Amino acid sequence: MSNPTVMAYRRANGRVGIRNHVLILPLDDLSNSASEKVAFNIRGCKAIPHAYGRLQFGEDLALFFRTLIGTGANPNVAAVVVIGIEPEWTKRVVDGIARTGKPVTGFAIERHGEIKTVEMASWKAKEYVHWASELKREVCDLSEIWVSTKCGESDTTSGLASNPTVGNAFEKLVAMGATCSFGETSEVTGAEDTLVERAATPEAAQQFMDLFNRYADMIDRNKTDDLSGSQPTKGNIAGGLTTIEEKAFGNIQKIGKKINYVGALDKAVTPTGPGLWYMDSSSAAAEAVTLWAAAGFVAHFFPTGQGNIIGNPIEPVIKLTANPQTAGDMSEHIDYDCSAILRGEMTLDESGDKLIDMLIRTCNGRLTAQEVLGHEEYVLTKLYESA
Amino acid sequence: MIQFLIHEKADSVGVATVDIKAGEVAQGLYMDSQEAVEIEALHDIPLGHKIAMTDHQVDDAVTKYGADIGRVVAQIKKGEHVHTHNLKTRRW
Repeated sequence: MSNPTVMAYRRANGRVGIRNHVLILPLDDLSNSASEKVAFNIRGCKAIPHAYGRLQFGEDLALFFRTLIGTGANPNVAAVVVIGIEPEWTKRVVDGIARTGKPVTGFAIERHGEIKTVEMASWKAKEYVHWASELKREVCDLSEIWVSTKCGESDTTSGLASNPTVGNAFEKLVAMGATCSFGETSEVTGAEDTLVERAATPEAAQQFMDLFNRYADMIDRNKTDDLSGSQPTKGNIAGGLTTIEEKAFGNIQKIGKKINYVGALDKAVTPTGPGLWYMDSSSAAAEAVTLWAAAGFVAHFFPTGQGNIIGNPIEPVIKLTANPQTAGDMSEHIDYDCSAILRGEMTLDESGDKLIDMLIRTCNGRLTAQEVLGHEEYVLTKLYESA
Repeated sequence: MIQFLIHEKADSVGVATVDIKAGEVAQGLYMDSQEAVEIEALHDIPLGHKIAMTDHQVDDAVTKYGADIGRVVAQIKKGEHVHTHNLKTRRW
């Protein structure tokens, strides 16, 4: 049986995107103002302000460049205008994005001032919006859509139904030949031995353990009290979760039962082939989705229990819940209600199919709840203080 | 009406999808096989909490998602509430 197809944008580097954004990307905190002014001048483009980009160094600087370049390189982005305070780092981001073959131009504010920079960048943004607006969606295989997942504001309905729904959909997508990813290093604590067994190769298992141990060391260095008292949280326990193992196994229901990960990646690193990939990430929703967008993922499955309302400016976030209360009183945030599973009226297999249907509709252009509500949390992960 | 779900056949606990009252014969469903099951609840089981599918002795494992989620620290009878009073993590 052949895979489903979607109407999407094929980029110069062969990757497939489901949105057609023209980004105004600030290099640094100082350039947010100019970027937002350009996005105000020119309809159809989008500024994504952020807090960093000055005096970072070492691994933290490497992650910063990987995240910015990865964001511009994401196939959901048609073209990019980069604005920075100075030309050197601006050029580094421009050159990184240019490797995808997409149109990208940088502007530096020094020696021009903000007003002149906004004028020059607005002309370029206008040119890019005209160009992007004539790009056509074409038939693409669903397996060309890269999908990431993490959950948030989880409760017992997450482990029962919404996380296993994602797991069922991931099993089907990976079987089609898709590229999928999960992570949340802090939230797999308690199930790390099982995750080692879920590696497709000894090398993948070792990559995962290296990332997991690095995270555990970071917690040890920075903790002010024993985390053993706070996991599971008091809210988790009130909701019925008893042990950290139980919480972790609820979390990893998102990768189903039948698929193994082919590699474990550092933050915002792009997978090198199809299959399921572990990616090291915080469990803070906006930070994690920003990292997956920078790694090249074009759609995100976000199961929630109590109702996390997160979004991302370039990677559409498809929200599902099995909590009937959340599906009712927070319905504007939810794309797919799978609470019928809890009533015994729908199987996980049927629910996985329905989630894939929602993915296909999202690829074809249906805006997610998060997109319609304008939730565009772009949050860079910072490893340590700036110099 | 379904009152609790069990992830898979190997699990030793189910999860209440509604508040279950002590003394009720609660209706359950295995999510893997869609097989129905009935258990008399010996305690109140609040929504989201666990009900024992079998008797457990001290030091037994409690199995959920087909995985060991901790160690039994007080004897548990089939139909009883499983939580922090009788189940502890193996981590600390």
